[in-house]
Amino acid sequence: MVLSCLMGLSGLFAVIAGFTGLANGGGSIILPFGLPWLPMHLRLDALGSFFLLVIGALVLPVAIYSQGYLSHEKRLTPIAIFLPLFILGMMGVVLSDDAFTFMLFWELMSVSSYFLVTHEHQHPENRKAGFIYLLMAHMAGLLIMGSFATLYATSGSFEFSAMRDAQLSPLWASVAFLLAGFGFGTKAGVVPMHGWLPDAHPVAPSNVSALMSGIMLKVAIFGFIRITWDLMGSGDFQWWWGALVLAAGSSSAVSGVLMALQQHDLKRLLAYHSIENIGIILIGLGLAMLLAHFGHNTLAALGLIAALYHTINHALFKGLLFMGAGAVLHSTGSRNMEAMGGLIHRMPWTAAFFLVACISISALPPFNGFVSEWLTFQTALMAPQLGGALLTAIVPFSAAMLALAGALAATCFVKVFGVVFLGHARSDIASDAKEVDDWMLVGMAIPALCCLLLGVLPTVFIPILDHVPQLLLHTSLTSSSNGQAIDATQWLWLTPMNAAHASYSAPIILLGMLLLGGVAFWRLHPKGTIIRRSKMWSCGNPHTHARMQYNATSFSQPLRRIFAGLYQPDEHEHAERHQHALLTTRVKYVVHVGDMVVKHLYQPIGHVTLWIAKVIRHEHQRGIHAYLTYTFATVLLLLAVFV
Amino acid sequence: MNSLLFQLLQALLMVLLAPLVAGFLSTIKAHLQNRRGAGIMQPWRDIQKLFAKEVVLADHASWIFRFTPYIVFTATLMAASVVPALLVDTPLSLTADVIALVALLALARFFLSLAGMDIGTAFGGMGSSREMTFSALAEPAMLMSVLVLAIGAHSTNITTMITHTLTTPLLIQPSIAFALVAMLMIAVAETGRIPIDNPTTHLELTMIHEAMLLEYSGRHLALMEWASMVKLLLFTTLIIDLFMPWGIASEASLIGIVLALAIWLFKLMGLLIILAVFETSLAKLRLFEVPQYLGTAFVLSFLGLIIHYMLEVSV
Repeated sequence: MVLSCLMGLSGLFAVIAGFTGLANGGGSIILPFGLPWLPMHLRLDALGSFFLLVIGALVLPVAIYSQGYLSHEKRLTPIAIFLPLFILGMMGVVLSDDAFTFMLFWELMSVSSYFLVTHEHQHPENRKAGFIYLLMAHMAGLLIMGSFATLYATSGSFEFSAMRDAQLSPLWASVAFLLAGFGFGTKAGVVPMHGWLPDAHPVAPSNVSALMSGIMLKVAIFGFIRITWDLMGSGDFQWWWGALVLAAGSSSAVSGVLMALQQHDLKRLLAYHSIENIGIILIGLGLAMLLAHFGHNTLAALGLIAALYHTINHALFKGLLFMGAGAVLHSTGSRNMEAMGGLIHRMPWTAAFFLVACISISALPPFNGFVSEWLTFQTALMAPQLGGALLTAIVPFSAAMLALAGALAATCFVKVFGVVFLGHARSDIASDAKEVDDWMLVGMAIPALCCLLLGVLPTVFIPILDHVPQLLLHTSLTSSSNGQAIDATQWLWLTPMNAAHASYSAPIILLGMLLLGGVAFWRLHPKGTIIRRSKMWSCGNPHTHARMQYNATSFSQPLRRIFAGLYQPDEHEHAERHQHALLTTRVKYVVHVGDMVVKHLYQPIGHVTLWIAKVIRHEHQRGIHAYLTYTFATVLLLLAVFV
Repeated sequence: MNSLLFQLLQALLMVLLAPLVAGFLSTIKAHLQNRRGAGIMQPWRDIQKLFAKEVVLADHASWIFRFTPYIVFTATLMAASVVPALLVDTPLSLTADVIALVALLALARFFLSLAGMDIGTAFGGMGSSREMTFSALAEPAMLMSVLVLAIGAHSTNITTMITHTLTTPLLIQPSIAFALVAMLMIAVAETGRIPIDNPTTHLELTMIHEAMLLEYSGRHLALMEWASMVKLLLFTTLIIDLFMPWGIASEASLIGIVLALAIWLFKLMGLLIILAVFETSLAKLRLFEVPQYLGTAFVLSFLGLIIHYMLEVSV
């Protein structure tokens, strides 16, 4: 109770601080501890405020949810220690104003989340997932540190203010960009550095998964924006930076959703969707970087806003999805979708909130996912010709990939909702499920409501967001001096640039649909009659069985066949014919779709590492004189280099 | 206020005309196949009959199944009311641009597919799985083909796009030809016509859209059928608007609108006759050849886009 209260309070304060920071510009503070020559610098600017708002917006509902979710948890102590540290780490990262503080909080976030991932360490696969997570998080940390080191070499200071003022040569700027890109990309789960993500997210407790997927990945996005947009600045951008980010985003978006479609572990599926959504955010960011490089600052601001809007959207609906998955796990004890079915009858509220998240993530109006994807599309569309044929083609192509990812996400969430909540129960655990308690329901209701609000009233929220491009690009989309921009007074219409270009009015769509649907229902539904219920049609066959329904594997079969080249599914069919050669008594179909990147990139690297270790392992077993020789040689080498 | 009233009238016209369009199509097909056909009023009579019939729900159908017909119908209606059929500039056409229009139809499809999964029959799930898979492949192709025009007009608002086409001198633009072919292919797939799907069949191995409707009855079925007819009219009107808008009224005068109505109906009939000829002369594709068909449409529209950038923008 105390834990949830404190978490909730910290979330609430983060939301308040985020809003005031965006509105008033925040402030900075130097804490009197840290290294002797480098006290900790903290600063709340528009960018940090926005991400603090994202963190708070999810920590608050997750805190309420945790009160119910953890009520039956026996080993509460590790969670009570590491969950607050994890949240502290994330908030510290977005507040830090020097590289040392940044890395300190960053590592705090990574390490404490490792202990949360391995919370149920009695299962060996959880320990393995935790190990891979720790390994890759530290590889990422190393790369990020390299990026800061590059900036330090030019500016001579760890403070961000000095790094901002320093002028980097194009070569070193590219080095810093690449190090930051790969470092933060690993942490954000960009393909092909995503290997840890689909293993680590499912095994953590669901409230932690919600935080990891909803905001920890966003903190990596924050770090990337901080280094590239803020510390280096849009003046340093080179054309291929944006193209690279765009390509990484497009490939993450499509491959993430394609992999998600083939999962039948509910939380693993959601984890792959995080990869997809990080890809969508990166598409927006990449477009903005390209446009900023070519000097189209207003359009770049639009792309940046699209990316940030998707950031908070994804935090909300992915947090909600993981909380919903946690509720299902809580009442059925399983993450296997093939064992579910018909939960909408037993868990009506969870189903309703989960459905809201499904519609939002599928980018369907009038919910929030559509707004951010629509803004991303508009940025891609309005991008004028940017020198070179490759660049000219890559922008619309990324828009096409965004469309494909969005449509495939809708397919995937029809599968998720259809298999888990609709139809008949496929097992006893599903038919015995009970609705979760009120704490968990309230925890899910808040983000569901936010999804609707952000979807219907984007014109209210975008002016608040607009402070971030003002900080990074010195361009505002809402100021009146800039004639072609979003008009904040026209709350009904969302019109990037001007109304003749494109417009979208979610309030009218929502109102129109409610009105039309209501009138149709009222006119058509005869009053006072109860609709007759009957058995479903079964082609005259009286024996139907719940396992005759389409399940997760069969739902994605067409796609598995269409993209067989990408999936390379491992399929086995076996028919038992006991009595007679023509009489099939039992058919067994087993399919396994592995992650191609893990198979063809990670495993070879692992093999090579093991091989090297095998080759040099006899060196470990030498006597003391050999070790002394090594030490002596090392000292000589260092002397030769540095003296 | 006047134009708002006109907008509502136009939306009403679209909705009421949709069953006639479906009837016209089936009559033409019947003539092409040497049959008499049931007349163009038959879909109207079917809908009226269904509205009068009692609704029967499966035992464990949830509220999703019950409310889906209303959601599908209203989402399709919202989409139809945004598309200008007679008058270029209507106030509500700002509500949704082409992308939002596609998304509204996607919302309808999302709920339709959920309803297919709700009863728990193998048919419903099969229909949902196929519908969502193929629409996921169709959506990028459709957007690409719309984008060719949108980039030319610097806008995704249908009104602006129509005005752009009307005001630019008529040139043979290869990119638009590519986009048109792709759009026609996608429209056939999205409205569930031969060679992708067959709205008249209930043969389990081939059906997509109808498989999801199997459990519906009475007014629910009527709304679903009506919505799919509106969708057919919507797509034909969209193709007319985007590729051959000449004749549409630019201001709300009586003569202009009557003339626009006549020209619109004429173009509509032309497109429907072409569709009927294709439906009669083609066989349905095998299910797993549909991705190739949709892939071709995507490649065509993307080629159109590249050609537009390479040849036409620099001029």
